[in-house]
Amino acid sequence: MDAEKNAPKLTRRTFSSCAAAAAAGWLLTACGPRRLHEFPKERLRKSIAELERQYSERHGAKVTVSTASAQPGVEFAYALDLSRCIGCRRCVYACVKENNQSRNPQLHWIKVLSMEKEKGVDLAHADPYYQPAQVPEEGHFYVPVSCQQCRNAPCTKVCPTGATWTERDGIVVIDYDWCIGCRYCMAACPYGARHFNWTEPSVPEGELNTSTHYLGNRPRPKGVVEKCTFCIQRVRAGRYPACVEVCPVGARKFGNLLDKDSEIRYIIEHKRVFVLKKDLNTVPRFFYFYAT
Amino acid sequence: MPPDNSVTTTIRLFFRFARGSGGLVLRGPRTYWLWLAFLAVLIVSGAAAYADQVRTGLVVSAMRDQVSWGFYIGNFTFLVGVAAAAVVLVIPAYIYDWKPIREMVIYGELLAISAILMCLMFVLVDIGRPDRFWHLIPPWGRLNFPQSILAWDVLVLNLYFLVNFVVATHILYRAFHGRPYVKRLVVPLVLLSIPMAVAIHTVTAFLYNGLAARPYWNSSILAPQFLASAFCSGPAILLIVLQVLRRFTRFEIQDQAIWKIAELMAYAMFLNLFLHGAEAFKEFYSDTEHLLFTRYWYSGLGEHRTLVPYAWSAVGLNVIAFALFIVPAARRHWVTLNIGCLATYAGVYIEKGMGLIIPGLTPDALGEIYEYYPTLTELRVAAGVFAVGFLVFTVMLKVAVPISLGEFTETENPPRGALPALEADRNVHAVAFTRGSSAQRMQDAARLN
Repeated sequence: MDAEKNAPKLTRRTFSSCAAAAAAGWLLTACGPRRLHEFPKERLRKSIAELERQYSERHGAKVTVSTASAQPGVEFAYALDLSRCIGCRRCVYACVKENNQSRNPQLHWIKVLSMEKEKGVDLAHADPYYQPAQVPEEGHFYVPVSCQQCRNAPCTKVCPTGATWTERDGIVVIDYDWCIGCRYCMAACPYGARHFNWTEPSVPEGELNTSTHYLGNRPRPKGVVEKCTFCIQRVRAGRYPACVEVCPVGARKFGNLLDKDSEIRYIIEHKRVFVLKKDLNTVPRFFYFYAT
Repeated sequence: MPPDNSVTTTIRLFFRFARGSGGLVLRGPRTYWLWLAFLAVLIVSGAAAYADQVRTGLVVSAMRDQVSWGFYIGNFTFLVGVAAAAVVLVIPAYIYDWKPIREMVIYGELLAISAILMCLMFVLVDIGRPDRFWHLIPPWGRLNFPQSILAWDVLVLNLYFLVNFVVATHILYRAFHGRPYVKRLVVPLVLLSIPMAVAIHTVTAFLYNGLAARPYWNSSILAPQFLASAFCSGPAILLIVLQVLRRFTRFEIQDQAIWKIAELMAYAMFLNLFLHGAEAFKEFYSDTEHLLFTRYWYSGLGEHRTLVPYAWSAVGLNVIAFALFIVPAARRHWVTLNIGCLATYAGVYIEKGMGLIIPGLTPDALGEIYEYYPTLTELRVAAGVFAVGFLVFTVMLKVAVPISLGEFTETENPPRGALPALEADRNVHAVAFTRGSSAQRMQDAARLN
């Protein structure tokens, strides 16, 4: 007993103080911001300035990176009139240009599926590579698919690092600096809306859209996932997404779901709208309808 | 012994252990060196292929947006099963206190450690930004727990690795000191490792199971089927390893133990086949649009038939393995036993690697069929990862076998109070032990006893 008392030993107090200190240290470091959108304003401004400098240097043009955040009272939604769409794919290429998607290899956020009128909306018989001399083809209709900005998004739930999340205005975004490229979100997405940079993306000299947003169309590195953001750099500045603007037949509608007088509300209330893969309960903010 | 000396003693012992282990690892028969050289070639080739992949991007693989996971993740899934099953042998050993199997538990644990190591490497080679792997590790990173099942998997795999590592090193360290292991530490940890083994495989099944976007995976039979197939493949590897050990070292294992494991494998294989059959029945009889994925695996879709030969080889191999293990005469015959082991290993490897991942993603979410087949780069990287795993396993066995046989021990308290001069002699002798002829082995054994 005596020997035990005299020997230098680890008392319960020393042990618990050490443990408490370690736990406190862990918590302190663990609480620090990691993803860009968690940064304090000052630090975010510095990081963004650094990004702008890097991009401008690399692309030989003045690149701006916006950090505009979601407006209160805004929740964006999209509606697409399948009876109007002619399958011209102008939206696909307008999107590529606006959002600085890779040209080689080609990466498209919008995929237009050609379907047979006889079969209806049937993905098992859809053709994404239709290449006729002229569209629309007899007996066919077209279903453009991009990110459905789900309210119950399977992709954000599975991300192991929390590198993707839903913003307050309903846009599902990715932090390209935090994504580890595990592609779990791609396996989880029921709409094939997420795309991976399998190699270094390339945008030819002079073709870069220099007006960017840090959660949207800023240049991406290889090895990360990207997707449609409803053109976050435009819609948060009060403009329409590029695909809405370019559509020659006015099949694409966009607006604020919380605004009672918006066109999107009119469509949802007066047309028979549907969503893709309703049984999966993803609750998309992207609606399809037949206006005529 | 004065207590103030204990630290230096420990350090001295550790160095002796390290030196002795080094000696053990660096000495071996020609086949041992050929095996190491073979592994080294695979590792170098894999490293070169991986360097190319890091430089160019994952475009060097056959994976694309349509099939975004492939060979790497397939191997990962298979190896989680191996890791889980290696330790499940602990159940009969401890619950029924059946000594013949108990002796191999330590080897099961070493196999589990190597398998988990390979799992983690397969995930690392699959991710697009391996430089950012620390984003997963709090406090520096941010683990999306409990939302993401991948976060759960990271946790349980590492915990399982830790438990096995602690148990294996503790048992070996104590054996090295010629002392019995501390029951109060080992028994709870071993008991913990049983539900953990089930947990790692269940969580890995849930990784896929939880994705409503992929009907082929979104079936509640997935986790039980994962466990059943794992209980076939894990022991299959272990049975072959045990026979190799018995052939090349003084390690003894009763035939009965091997036969008993083969019998358990027959039951597991039956369950595996049954669950596959149940799933196939549901898919084919209800004949919904979800049947596409199962059809792609078993019969192909139109001209897309790449995986069909693999599907039927897996079925054939599994049935052969079941037949060989369920017939007592066949599982007691060494040739048919080993054919059964190889058939199990190959069958489960195919169905759980390619057979799980690829049909799950083909056709893709929008109905497009992209036929995935791994590129040479993927095969080389995967072979490299396997080689690293086998190298680690080999080296661990090379040290662990002599320790658990009492051939390689610290000699502070030699059994018969040998003099210091003799100690060194005996130590060297023990190191050389595994190389001796059988006659010499008998002599040595007699002398040690």
